[in-house]
Amino acid sequence: MKNNILNEKDIEKVGKLSRLKLTREEKELYLKQLSGILEFMEQLKELDTDDVLPTFYPVTIKSVWRKDCVTDSLSQEEALDNAPAKERGYFKVPRIIE
Amino acid sequence: MSKLPFLPAHVLSGMVRKGEISFSDITSEVIARLEAQDKSINAYISRRLEAAREEAKALDESLARGEDLPPLAGIPLAVKDNICTQGFLTTCASKILYNFVPPYNATVVEKIKKEKMIIIGKTNMDEFAMGSSTENSYFGTTRNPWDYQRVPGGSSGGSTAAVAAGESIVALGSDTGGSIRQPASFCSVTGLKPTYGRVSRYGLVAFASSLDQIGPIARDVKDAYLLLKVIGGYDRCDSTSLPLPLPEEQLNGKVRGKILGLPKEYFSEGIDPKVKEIVEKAIKIWQEMGCIVKEITLPHTKYSVATYYIVAPCEASSNLARYDGVQYGFRNPEYTITGQNPVIDMMEETRDNGFGSEVKRRIMLGTFTLSHGYFEAYYLKAQKVRTLIKEDFEKAFQSCDFIVTPVSPTPPFKIGEKISDPLKMYLSDIFTIPVNLAGLPALSIPGGFTEQNLPVGVQIIGKPLDEYGILNLGFAFQEATDFHKRSPHGN
Repeated sequence: MKNNILNEKDIEKVGKLSRLKLTREEKELYLKQLSGILEFMEQLKELDTDDVLPTFYPVTIKSVWRKDCVTDSLSQEEALDNAPAKERGYFKVPRIIE
Repeated sequence: MSKLPFLPAHVLSGMVRKGEISFSDITSEVIARLEAQDKSINAYISRRLEAAREEAKALDESLARGEDLPPLAGIPLAVKDNICTQGFLTTCASKILYNFVPPYNATVVEKIKKEKMIIIGKTNMDEFAMGSSTENSYFGTTRNPWDYQRVPGGSSGGSTAAVAAGESIVALGSDTGGSIRQPASFCSVTGLKPTYGRVSRYGLVAFASSLDQIGPIARDVKDAYLLLKVIGGYDRCDSTSLPLPLPEEQLNGKVRGKILGLPKEYFSEGIDPKVKEIVEKAIKIWQEMGCIVKEITLPHTKYSVATYYIVAPCEASSNLARYDGVQYGFRNPEYTITGQNPVIDMMEETRDNGFGSEVKRRIMLGTFTLSHGYFEAYYLKAQKVRTLIKEDFEKAFQSCDFIVTPVSPTPPFKIGEKISDPLKMYLSDIFTIPVNLAGLPALSIPGGFTEQNLPVGVQIIGKPLDEYGILNLGFAFQEATDFHKRSPHGN
């Protein structure tokens, strides 16, 4: 199997876009595996789909209007309950500005 | 050993009403099975055994007071761990949600509670429902109750193993590419993937939103139908749920004159001869009942795996963007500052550490195929082929009532056999994936056993919204056979 669909740079870029800090071993492994999988996807090119419309959802659903009314929602406390770090009613993240 | 945990819910309910047993008896016997064997099987991630016992006791008291209870009241139920349960751990079998306690219930859980069913616990699965073997779990592999060396299938392997092993009476699973039907086949239980939109997805942790569907796992078709009627229906919290009534007709097993389509693409190369033989035997049984058999063609079947493994990872890559170590779940305790924004450093390390390798593979695959310059060649192309796959079914259903196929090309495989080769694992989903792409309902029922006593399931695919039809065909089969009554312990 020729592995020319992806190169190391592509994996770096995809890792970045996916917000994954990949280790060197992971990069090597995924380069090989994803190339193999994408190679397999090539078979779709055999099909002529110029005049075919895409199916994004299996059922056709019309958008409907609903009344814009206030209902119960999560309290601030409940929404923050699972946060790994919080302070004074906010989600807390690492300091960005020194 | 008590037989109670191996009886279907409709039988147990009848026995309780006749005063032969109590709700507490059912729950205690199910818990006894769980305690005796779940250390080996590992069907559950978390359990609520004391709460279950108390609920059963309270229901016995209600019944004694002469209160009217719903049909499935007091029946033990296992819930797949990607379905949110308020105040109770919901992990998706992922490290990244190892401590997540949802502040709300999924709609199906609200409905289960209204029915007064008893939740025994949350079941193991492939992380974020990505996998076909339940090996991709942060909490360890689930073993197949029929053979501990083999996988239970996936991704709802914990739910199907729990029902097969008598550790629950019924269960909820979710099916994105076969995740109810394939493990149902591997564990010899009945599993239904409803029409897309039949059951609300509100509170189901999203994997691939245009494919995901919650469905019942049960000991027989009758129970699956009862559970579908509990969980199904329109929900204002899920705008893709269908505003249509659920079927109400009784199952009667009348299938004479029904036309069964056999797609030649599903009976050709790559299928284990024993699986083929068992499915063909099942078809003979239906023929003896007066069903008519017809060869049909679904010409785009061979493209379905490639199509699915573009569409599903694309949707997953955006659905899983929410796991960032900020709002809930795992956050990496330490992170290396690389000079970029430290929040991004934290997120990147959290995600690399919090997700397992199959999930990362799919996030990257989806991210790549959606990225600039590749969108049309992969994502759009796949969505167009999806149309062709859907049209195959539409054409086929013009000349038949149901489509009958194997569920999986093989009987349950060995633990470790496919885990290191992702593509090999993906190809094992060939017979279940097309149904999700087309949004159709499909049922997996126990069809028989190999010489090694390994279960093999039969799949019935129906027209959109024809859950009743496929269940009734399955019901007719179960009236004529006893495969669904067998348990791994020979009860």
